[in-house]
Amino acid sequence: MKRTDGRTPDQMRPIKAEVGVIPNADGSAMFSAGKTIAYAAVYGPREMYPRFMQNPKQGVLRCTYNMMPFSGHGDRVRPGGSRRSKEISAVTENALRPVLDLSDYPNAAVDVFIELTQTDGGTRCAGITAAAMALADAGLKMKDLVSAMSMGMLEGEMVVDINGTEDCVLGATDVPIALIPNMDKISLLQLDGEISRETLKKLLDTGKKKCLEIYKAQQNALKEKYKVD
Amino acid sequence: MTDKLKIKNKEIAVPGEVLAEGMGFVPSKGISRENDKLVAEQVGMIGIEGKVIKLISLRGVYIPKAGDKIIAKVIDVLMTGWRLDIRGPYSAVLSMKDATSDFIQRGADLTQYFALGDYVLTKITNVTSQKLVDVTMKGPGLRKLKGGRILKVNSHKVPRVIGKDGSMVVMIKQATGCNILVGQNGWIWLDGEPKQEVIAEKAIKKIESEAHLSGLTDRIKDFLEKQTKKKITVEGGKNEKN
Repeated sequence: MKRTDGRTPDQMRPIKAEVGVIPNADGSAMFSAGKTIAYAAVYGPREMYPRFMQNPKQGVLRCTYNMMPFSGHGDRVRPGGSRRSKEISAVTENALRPVLDLSDYPNAAVDVFIELTQTDGGTRCAGITAAAMALADAGLKMKDLVSAMSMGMLEGEMVVDINGTEDCVLGATDVPIALIPNMDKISLLQLDGEISRETLKKLLDTGKKKCLEIYKAQQNALKEKYKVD
Repeated sequence: MTDKLKIKNKEIAVPGEVLAEGMGFVPSKGISRENDKLVAEQVGMIGIEGKVIKLISLRGVYIPKAGDKIIAKVIDVLMTGWRLDIRGPYSAVLSMKDATSDFIQRGADLTQYFALGDYVLTKITNVTSQKLVDVTMKGPGLRKLKGGRILKVNSHKVPRVIGKDGSMVVMIKQATGCNILVGQNGWIWLDGEPKQEVIAEKAIKKIESEAHLSGLTDRIKDFLEKQTKKKITVEGGKNEKN
């Protein structure tokens, strides 16, 4: 099967990862897969307001996912929060929380802002991948990084890293997954469409392997930033 | 099982990276043990000393520690003291009895001692488990900072700015004639001739950006000599190790 952008079914889009792209932030990173570009900025740990949200046992992670108005395919994305962005912010938080150790920062908050400057499918995965690098760049204690990628089924065939056209126009089954590589655990698994149990298992196996490629890119980007010549 | 080291000295480790295998290695700060593997917990530079592997953190906010001398900013006046911004996730409280030995009348205006926006050189006396921070002004050299300017550097680079036994900061002081106070939280107070202040600021920024490279003292010395057009004699900083 030939895909809309000429890739083979198990071929990922070209990925790029960079750390330290926003000097004012405590930690920042950029991740792009094909035409999808995500920037993540981490601020904190810092004092948490409103105060009733403070947790005296450990720090709190807050994620905000946002698509910029000009980022989509022609239609302007209405600025401000939406049902969709709120949901994605929540799943991003859940995907990243298992690796973060915030026990040293009671009553404090770590804010992660994810901005999509250009979108072409797989935005939540690009956001999570960028955010994991940004959190590491902020010097926070983490068990591991998180690598995410969107798997899918198109015309009965398994495809990796689905793009915007495949997702929205061709109606592919969309399965975004986030992997914690060292623990071999999945911290994000969503499903939009229909799929059989066996196919899902196969999809996850392939997805994990592809996530490891992203993991490598994340590690290299972090090491590149702090490299000593 | 044989022990296996998977990283070299002074290499950069990222969270989740396996640094060594086998029970023969001992993890230090920033590294955890998972079964027989040593795993990095944060981004940092690896230091290997015999069987001990440590991780030198390069990034992150300032975490208050009892005994640290810091520069803080008065951000609020309380009923019985002052709230200070110590440039971290938590603020500190300077109580009246730790601030001065003067008798202060009940209901007196506390801003005559420390007003909003004042910078002070202070010392952390206690940090609780919930990160409530107490500071004191009682101690040699602790005072309100008048005039001068405040610079900000990464708090993890402060040891390099100070240098071995203070050699680096002494050198900048000698070269520029500025008064310099370095807080452990990465705030630096500078006071001197405007032109010399600029040179000192440039030198400190240079130290911050090149903190991880060796031979720093010599480079900063050359830089200062070029800028001030004076010869600098360094005391005690010659055998500085990275």
